[in-house]
Amino acid sequence: MTPTTSTPTGFDESSLVAQAKAGDQNAFAELVTHYERKIYRLAKNITRNDEDAEDVLQDAFFKAYEHLDSFKGDSKFYTWIVRIAVNEALMRLRKRKTDRTVPLDEPVELGEETVAREIAVWEDNPEQRYSKEEWRHILDEAVEGLKPDFRTVFVLRDIEELSTEETAESLGISVPAVKSRLLRARLALRETLTRQFKRKGEDLLGYL
Amino acid sequence: MVTCKQFLQELNVYLDETVDPETKRQWQSHVDECPNCFVIVDTTKKTLQVYKGMEPQPIPDDVRSRLWEALEKRMAAKKQAQT
Repeated sequence: MTPTTSTPTGFDESSLVAQAKAGDQNAFAELVTHYERKIYRLAKNITRNDEDAEDVLQDAFFKAYEHLDSFKGDSKFYTWIVRIAVNEALMRLRKRKTDRTVPLDEPVELGEETVAREIAVWEDNPEQRYSKEEWRHILDEAVEGLKPDFRTVFVLRDIEELSTEETAESLGISVPAVKSRLLRARLALRETLTRQFKRKGEDLLGYL
Repeated sequence: MVTCKQFLQELNVYLDETVDPETKRQWQSHVDECPNCFVIVDTTKKTLQVYKGMEPQPIPDDVRSRLWEALEKRMAAKKQAQT
């Protein structure tokens, strides 16, 4: 069995899942091939650690493989595998935290209030000033700078594009909690990126 | 009268356009009159845009080959258990 290259047009998730459940290992392999990049990105975004991300990637697909029978198909396979991966990633994140091997998070302090400090217009097409690698690095670093609670919600909602309800379910938190964390995460990222991309000579317009 | 603080608290709803037209209109008039909130809306939208549609990077080759090696082992073991 070799990993196949997925073609977006020929990908039929539900029939692949049905085949995989019936014991077709190639069908399962195709599902893995289709989602491995996304799951790895998710794992890296949450754990911020290469070693943990690799473990999450492997364990998520192992668990999906072992528990495929219990997948009822009332949600999408993607949502299901994301939920497994999120659980694995959060578990490792907590472990690291108690090990104190992760540097202390220094998030943009939003406190109890929703504030915006950096208020400035962006330059036009900021991505043109950077190489692809630099651009990615800036965006990744901004996400990494978020507090884990905010980061996880942002990653699921705005990068992996899960719904508010799916995000709440994956994280075991309430819908209002998802909404308030997402707001904080978005505002914090906006601050970070604005500092980077604001138009030269454009000073703060003011405080809020 | 919508204050900046109230507006920011509802920024996500405003951006997701799930709000009823009447409330949206109230907020819209705040954005139209408040240069700060106008800029915040604009830069938040841009922030979301740069992250949406970002394609995931390929997995490093060594990480990927370890994944597949381990997966194949598991699959082979299961196949053997079934026969």
